[in-house]
Amino acid sequence: MIQMKVISKRFGQINPLSIDSYIKAEGYEALKKAVAMHPSKIIDEIEISKIRGRGGAGFPAYIKLRALSNETGNKYIVCNADEGEPGNFKDRMIMENDPHAILEGMVIMAYATGSTQGYIYIRGEYQNAMNIFKKTIKAAEECGYLGKNILDKGFDFNVEVRSGAGSYVCGEEFSMIESIEGKPGRSRTKPPFPTEKGIHNRPTLINNVETFANFPHIVLNGGKKFAEIGTPSSTGTKLISLSGNVKNKGLYEVPFGTSIRDVIFKLGKGLENNRSIKMVQLGGASGPIIPEYMLDMSIDFDRFENFDSKTGTGAIIVIDDRFDIFDILLINMKFFVHQSCGKCTPCREGHVQIVNLLNKFISHRATEKDLMSLENLAYVIQQTSLCGLGQTSMTSIISSLRYFRDDYFAKVRY
Amino acid sequence: MISLKEVLKKYPKKEEYLIEILLEFQTSKKNHYISSEDVSTISEYLDIPESQICSVISFYTLLSMTPKGKYVVQVCHDVPCFVNDATNIYEKLVELLGVSDGETTPDSLFTLEITECLGCCNVAPAMRINNEVYTSLTPAKIETIINDLRGEVK
Ligand SMILES: Cc1cc2nc3c(=O)[nH]c(=O)nc-3n(C[C@H](O)[C@H](O)[C@H](O)COP(=O)(O)O)c2cc1C
Ligand code: SF4
Ligand code: FES
Repeated sequence: MIQMKVISKRFGQINPLSIDSYIKAEGYEALKKAVAMHPSKIIDEIEISKIRGRGGAGFPAYIKLRALSNETGNKYIVCNADEGEPGNFKDRMIMENDPHAILEGMVIMAYATGSTQGYIYIRGEYQNAMNIFKKTIKAAEECGYLGKNILDKGFDFNVEVRSGAGSYVCGEEFSMIESIEGKPGRSRTKPPFPTEKGIHNRPTLINNVETFANFPHIVLNGGKKFAEIGTPSSTGTKLISLSGNVKNKGLYEVPFGTSIRDVIFKLGKGLENNRSIKMVQLGGASGPIIPEYMLDMSIDFDRFENFDSKTGTGAIIVIDDRFDIFDILLINMKFFVHQSCGKCTPCREGHVQIVNLLNKFISHRATEKDLMSLENLAYVIQQTSLCGLGQTSMTSIISSLRYFRDDYFAKVRY
Repeated sequence: MISLKEVLKKYPKKEEYLIEILLEFQTSKKNHYISSEDVSTISEYLDIPESQICSVISFYTLLSMTPKGKYVVQVCHDVPCFVNDATNIYEKLVELLGVSDGETTPDSLFTLEITECLGCCNVAPAMRINNEVYTSLTPAKIETIINDLRGEVK
């Protein structure tokens, strides 16, 4: 079997609204084990596991945890459930199918870092997940896994649900911090990093939903065992949101190192109506577009980083040969025009110009000069934007210029 | 429908609850928007300037200061839905409602909006009406959904 269910093990097996059902399936065992350990030993296990963040950037989790634990005073823990990247639905699936696992991960890390207040920032469109999580918090409080004097160990931790309001950029750490403070979600300049100055200028840890859901497994089974799964640079499993023109769209969990082709053909059962693949977009709107011959590439953070992108979210969007690459690029770029927060010029103005240039190609009015302008502008936006939105939004353009250059030439007017 | 005063009572007088308050109140309102009087009331309660509240409302797509229809129909148009026929779904909605992106029907019943990915790409194409998500859409399914909503009102 190419699937390996760790995070999705309980999906469909338990009643997500019943804490008893979760407890019967090993739920809160990891927390019980954790509170018997020295806090720094928990972070050691996370380091040994070599787990990297599942929100896209693939940053080693222990570094942020240790940074937070070294701070004193009020500290915050935030679960990033903003999931706005088109093509992703894995975080929604975890929240709807195994919400206590996320909460347990948060409580363990609150204990490990000495934090007393937590937030889960759920995108406004995920009303169902929001209702489920509010009930999850209440049930955990009633059973003594959350709130005051958790498991009689004398530590307190509260979690509040915060709703997004339709802004993709709020998935970015500083934008999210601004939003949690009740303000427009415009990013801040780094450093200082959130683990030094985050919410109300206090140290703040932000991790993705899937990252938090992994923590209980690492604590329960040990970091060493976790590190044996996957590849040397990307350990553990990855939830894959498979969508587009495949027969079996859906959520799959595979160990890192699995090839993209296997996910599409073995799990997704190939394309509908026996069509062939024109392109595959990885990660979402801010991810690269690759041709069919590259599908043997394995799912691995370092492979994705070759594209200078945050594609570790695990979305795979399959697009068949009926579609033109420019239509896909135009949808991606209009998304960024709409989602730019407007704080810096390259991103605010640049995306509008990119859309104008793409339209020129689409209507066969583009010249070789336009091709050069598109390429130059894409690199300017990537290199001069203030936050991750503008730094990653050009990945689909840049990768398509590399792998689908003939499609551009076919549209250029000589 | 609950009054703004009742919504405010549920939250501590802290600026950080502004977005929560705006969202909860807007959802409960018939026309899904925040009026200038609402802004004044909230401004007084949280003790923050009205201009700050307006800048928050204009930043977030889900918040609005213009009245919308009773049902806000948001149809997804990102790549996974697009390659699964989302364009036909949108066109069917335009045909049924007689309005296009961003417009409200003259009877104030429906507002049609093209929206970003709803995180349901596994069951594309998808749309959302108020807080309800509809998936695996076909033009026929759309017709039933819209007719049912029209029927509910009568
Ligand atoms: C524009 C933008 C949007 C983002 N959206 C999300 C998101 O929806 N969910 C998420 O977990 N991370 C998102 N990220 C990444 C976060 O900034 C951050 O790296 C992540 O939450 C850290 O968690 P991790 O280390 O567990 O991956 C986004 C980044 C950018 C630049
Ligand atoms: S890159 Fe875009 S989203 Fe990020 S701060 Fe600049 S304008 Fe805002
Ligand atoms: S692209 Fe439409 S729900 Fe994701």
